[in-house]
Amino acid sequence: MNELNVLNGANGASMVAPMAAPINVNDCLLQLYEEHYELEDYQKGVPRWCTGCGDNAILTAVQRLCRDEKLAPEKTVFVSGIGCSSRLPHYMNTYGFHSLHGRALPIAEGVRLARPDLKVFVNMGDGDCCSIGAAHWIHAIRYNMNMTAMLHDNNIYGLTKKQASPTSPIGLKTNTTPRGSYLEALNPLTVTLGVSNVSFVAQVVDWIPKLLYQTLSAAYHHKGFSFVRIIQRCPEWLPTHMDEYLHDPQRVLLLHHENGLEIDSELAKRYTKMEEHDPSDLNRAREIASGSDPIPVGILYRNENVPLYEEVRADTRLRTTSLVKNGLEAEFDKFTIWPEGHARATA
Amino acid sequence: MIAAGEVGTVKNGKAARKNAGVQAAGGVLARKVTRLSEHIVEIISDSGEGAQKCGQSFGAIVAQMGLGVWTTEIIPAEIRPPARSVAGASGNRIRIGSKHISNGGNETDLVIAFNEQVLLGRVRANELKPGCTILLESMWRDDRRIATTYADAVDQLLAAGFKVVEIPMDKECRKIVSDPRKGKNMFVLGILCGLYSLDLQTARDQVVLTFGKKSAKVIESNIALLDAGYAWADANLDFKYEVPATKSTEPQIVVNGNTALALGVLASGMEICAMYPITPATSTSHYLSDAFQEVGGVVHQAEDEIAACAFAIGASYAGKCTVTVTSGPGYSLKQEAIGLAVMGEIPLVVINVQRGGPSTGQPTKTEQGDLMTAIFGSHGDAPKVVIAPGTIEECFYSVITARKIAETFNMVVVILSDANLASSQQPFKRPMFDEAWLAPPIDQSAIPAGAKPYDWDPKTGLARRFIPGQPGGMHTLTGLAHDENSHVAYDAEINQRAMRARSLKLATLQKTLKPPTVFGDRTGDLLVIGWGSTKGAIEEAVEGLRQEGKKVSSTHLTFIQPMPPGIKEILAGFKKVITIENNWSDSPVDEMIDESNRRYSALAMLLRSRYLVDVDCWSECRGTPLKPNTVRRVILEAIA
Repeated sequence: MNELNVLNGANGASMVAPMAAPINVNDCLLQLYEEHYELEDYQKGVPRWCTGCGDNAILTAVQRLCRDEKLAPEKTVFVSGIGCSSRLPHYMNTYGFHSLHGRALPIAEGVRLARPDLKVFVNMGDGDCCSIGAAHWIHAIRYNMNMTAMLHDNNIYGLTKKQASPTSPIGLKTNTTPRGSYLEALNPLTVTLGVSNVSFVAQVVDWIPKLLYQTLSAAYHHKGFSFVRIIQRCPEWLPTHMDEYLHDPQRVLLLHHENGLEIDSELAKRYTKMEEHDPSDLNRAREIASGSDPIPVGILYRNENVPLYEEVRADTRLRTTSLVKNGLEAEFDKFTIWPEGHARATA
Repeated sequence: MIAAGEVGTVKNGKAARKNAGVQAAGGVLARKVTRLSEHIVEIISDSGEGAQKCGQSFGAIVAQMGLGVWTTEIIPAEIRPPARSVAGASGNRIRIGSKHISNGGNETDLVIAFNEQVLLGRVRANELKPGCTILLESMWRDDRRIATTYADAVDQLLAAGFKVVEIPMDKECRKIVSDPRKGKNMFVLGILCGLYSLDLQTARDQVVLTFGKKSAKVIESNIALLDAGYAWADANLDFKYEVPATKSTEPQIVVNGNTALALGVLASGMEICAMYPITPATSTSHYLSDAFQEVGGVVHQAEDEIAACAFAIGASYAGKCTVTVTSGPGYSLKQEAIGLAVMGEIPLVVINVQRGGPSTGQPTKTEQGDLMTAIFGSHGDAPKVVIAPGTIEECFYSVITARKIAETFNMVVVILSDANLASSQQPFKRPMFDEAWLAPPIDQSAIPAGAKPYDWDPKTGLARRFIPGQPGGMHTLTGLAHDENSHVAYDAEINQRAMRARSLKLATLQKTLKPPTVFGDRTGDLLVIGWGSTKGAIEEAVEGLRQEGKKVSSTHLTFIQPMPPGIKEILAGFKKVITIENNWSDSPVDEMIDESNRRYSALAMLLRSRYLVDVDCWSECRGTPLKPNTVRRVILEAIA
């Protein structure tokens, strides 16, 4: 109780008022109770992903993030497209929207524009984001709406059973490229960094959970469209595809900076290949993004000063009945022919 | 003096100037004044010469004088087609009358053309009445390169029986402005005002309104041009028309269908319109983009049609009923997302301003070709509501109705307008704002324990709408088959139950509808059934035939999915039933066509399957609005 009064006293206004409104302890307790969430509060059902699938790691990381950030489940929306990755909302005890192949981003944008009070996350696969939804992805970067987009990138189409993805490396044998993929892989990082208005780009791998969490947390705290490419394993269709990276810490390049991620000592011991990279340096970010071996992980680019579409387009007026009425009557007036002697409805 | 047909004697350019040349203003004319109950006038030019603006202003002036009016845009497919080309005719067609005008009418009575080539385009399209009066810019006689072509064209027109009056528009405009290309339209407006005995001050006020955002100098010179045209007509034309007005005692608004739809969006309280530009739907969002500034709303121009629809769905899911505006090709692209909204039971209003199809078809031309797509589009069984406004006024109210239905039934409501309504202007009673138009705020209270996001009422199929932000309502909406809890489920029983619930909502809505009204008697020889923008033309033809004693009636469907009750009873009152539509059907007299392969027009097919009545059909897809005379001919053939 005393502590609460002290807190209250720290507020300048209440210091002046001799009789500050008494604080209802029950309300405070209720609030504390309500704002405390356990991991289970975000968990729903048993994920039906394959054992060893990177999606499990991503799910765990976002559930932890929600708990740590005390996100009210009812105010949190996970929007996804179609594919293995896009099943994620089904395992979250928040609001979720499991939508259409490639269309998660425009749906999430609609949610965001309609309801800036909601926390919006987007989960997409590599086919979802970089193939069928590529136009939406490019434009989502342009719009820069405040949301966290996760690209679950396993270089392969999983749910439709092993077809080539735009991020499949050249030579990869799949059901649609039985003699090896014939195109260079698309690099989602360089594409994202090439779009003007880009505001946050990071990359991480599913097998370093601590870093995965840290990166998603930074993305969540970023004000704007944060894009995180998560390189993940597909144990079913490409069981050994990532092995060399997985087993050799030297094949991962850790990006760190005082304005980026801080690497804890335990990670630093294992992943000794590091680069100090200031995320405000777009040119260096593009250079780093171009490299794929070792895999750069961490925050490549961050710029908080890009205007948010929802703020640029926001109307702060309260949309009351009288606002609509007056606006509409004024519009009618522009086209109205008044008979002689007829009093106008509006002045 | 120019008398109709006089220039027919002229063979070469010089003589033409002499004989057909205009005498100095101020001469006293023995003028013939014709009183008319209605007239159709057309103004056509090359694109960019302002005939469109001239026509719209003329329509507005006429409406302000209390006349009935319907204006129709004549739009070429290109923004800047080659000058003086037959295909490039751009302009406006204005039907004026003493009584209420419900459609664009038949052939044109008087046309004012900026060159002979655009005029020939209209002649070839059979849009001009035989013997119609043509006022034609005469400057081309003086252009050595064109003079022969021009003179030949005039000869042809005269030979075809048209009355040609040549007008030195360019020369007269040069007295006021240096570039007549930018002034002819207001000079011509002045001529028309003089010709139709309109009030000059009303016309001047309209010019001020038309150029409202321009400088005082621009307004001044345009008024000078208007006045000059008026004076020129007065001094030089020996004929004049008078269409007596029946003044309205009520305030009226004059807008085209697209603006009416946009006003409907405002009036319905919707705050977000997601769109991608497409002809002829786009001007709805142009208007909204500006008007939303007054009432607080956003037009989101998405990266494509698919994104626009998905964006609207996202916003609607989050608690704001939204609208997406498109035309046929865009509607095709939206199909998948529309299916998602059906499956997820997300309220959504989709406006499809139809154009000629399939594919990119005829972007600027009208057609009613999307009815089947609207009802059956999207894969699987995707029930949605389809309504079709028949007038400009109905365009406005249909959006309010659509939002109410969308939110009450958690359904997709498709509004089928078309290019005919989109760009036509017609006065209608000024709506007075009604608070009931706005949907009440969505209930955002906590969801009681045990309530399910798809708790379908077994009787109605309806379920409460859960939106993000509601404590206790957390669930994942999905386009996959799901149970009452929104859990993905492929069980036979669940899918059957869910499908039934989504479908049942149409029956529930149908029970709230009133039977359609019958225009004319409820029994007779023939019933014409129409839908959408053909309403005015059909009713005008039916009314005319009824006055001649024919036992013909018509009914017009606004609700097409679900259809209102009572239709079977109406059909039973007539010996024969025929739909008249602006889309494709096989003609039974074609050599290759018989009853086993004949393709019926959209509404006929629906009525035949639903009511097991031998509904015949007649349809055309010429890209032009249906004419009352055409309907008349079809009816006479049907009852012969």
